[in-house]
Amino acid sequence: MNWKLWSLKKSVWVFHVNTGACNNCDIEIVNLLTPKFDVERFGIKLVGSPRHADALLVTGVGTRQAALRLQEVYRQTSKPCVVFCMGACACGTGIFEGAYHVAGPVDKIVKEVDPNAIVAYVPGCPPKPEAMISGVVKALAAI
Amino acid sequence: MMEVLTNLFWILIFPGFVFTLAVGLLASWLVRKVSALVQYRVGPPVYQPAVDVMKLMGKEILIPEEAHRAVFVAAPLVGLSGVLLLAAMLWLAGAGVAFVGDVIVAIYLMVLPSLALILGSSSSGSPHASVGAAREMKLVMGYELPLILAFIVAVVKTAGVLEPAEQLSLVAIAQHTPVASISGALAFIVALLCVQAKLGFVPFDIAESETEVASGVMIEYSGALLAVWKLMQTLMLVALPLFLVVVFLGGVGTSGWALGGGIGKYVIVLVLVILIKNTNPRVRIDQAMRFFWCYCGPLLVAAVILAMLGNYYGLTWL
Repeated sequence: MNWKLWSLKKSVWVFHVNTGACNNCDIEIVNLLTPKFDVERFGIKLVGSPRHADALLVTGVGTRQAALRLQEVYRQTSKPCVVFCMGACACGTGIFEGAYHVAGPVDKIVKEVDPNAIVAYVPGCPPKPEAMISGVVKALAAI
Repeated sequence: MMEVLTNLFWILIFPGFVFTLAVGLLASWLVRKVSALVQYRVGPPVYQPAVDVMKLMGKEILIPEEAHRAVFVAAPLVGLSGVLLLAAMLWLAGAGVAFVGDVIVAIYLMVLPSLALILGSSSSGSPHASVGAAREMKLVMGYELPLILAFIVAVVKTAGVLEPAEQLSLVAIAQHTPVASISGALAFIVALLCVQAKLGFVPFDIAESETEVASGVMIEYSGALLAVWKLMQTLMLVALPLFLVVVFLGGVGTSGWALGGGIGKYVIVLVLVILIKNTNPRVRIDQAMRFFWCYCGPLLVAAVILAMLGNYYGLTWL
């Protein structure tokens, strides 16, 4: 394994993008930073700017308004980066499937910008923090 | 020729870049670990800061279209070299090796990182970064006055003991402990808060505040350039507490107990900084300015007068 990939796996800085979520997944994501789960143990840190990020944690269905912003945020993220679809909505639009305001599941929106984007899915409504950690671990092991 | 080589060795390897970097990475791990412990978390492993820098080195560098490319790229390097020189100077002065520069040089070098941050962020063409740059500028204007007054106290305390020509030399000041007097203690406390602001740590992390201006001054930096900023902050974490140790707490020493005591003093100053960081909320920029100008400024003017009175009447504890 080369040093770039190794260090990327050991230090994942995440940027949180809400594309029309009901806030449940967001609360669970913030939960990851609390003393009970403390993902800083694994070098995972929340950052304020997509340019610093290695992973985008996307929550929500990807509404028509948010889709363009999500694409812009993806372009601004310095590569290599991973997109995590957090929750049922982000994975496959969930209960909002076919609704008038939905621009598609998150992976479709991101792949319009970059067909080779690395996308990982963590389903659940909302996914438990344990499920999120497990998803991140599996995704990093697969890279 | 030999002299040039020795100087290069001093600046690049020991006690300059490589050594300071190792200490700095350890210190920034300490910051994160102690913060984690304060919050009842476990915190990152000891190699985490090094891995972070390594990862950033391997990432893509994005330069915004509106950015002024040359300044945008040069600013982090300017800041890094400033802190690097400061750190090399302080180790040598703290150990009492030779004349390496005086307090005034150190004050100039200490402003360089903030200036580089202002330059880099205002050249990036991002509105968030320009808000950050404006705040950083105000903050620099705020804390420079009390910081310089604090150094004046330290210099005044050495009067009568040293030749007038030597009073500004770091090596000479490092032989004294001004903190063991009322005026010196006041100056040390205020200088500690100024260092907090210089490091961009929490009560004064106004320029970098992640929640309001999304990392402010550094928002547009990515990849290796961000790594250089992180390295600069890492080195500052060594240089600035060390500067306090040299000026107020009697230097580091070269061998035996003196060296151990010096390292102990450095760690104590660092842990004080971390605890202040973790027990305070962020202040607004106007609150920070008022704090430094209206409270710290007059307090230190009083300390300078106290120190002068102490010298005049021969009372060393004043």
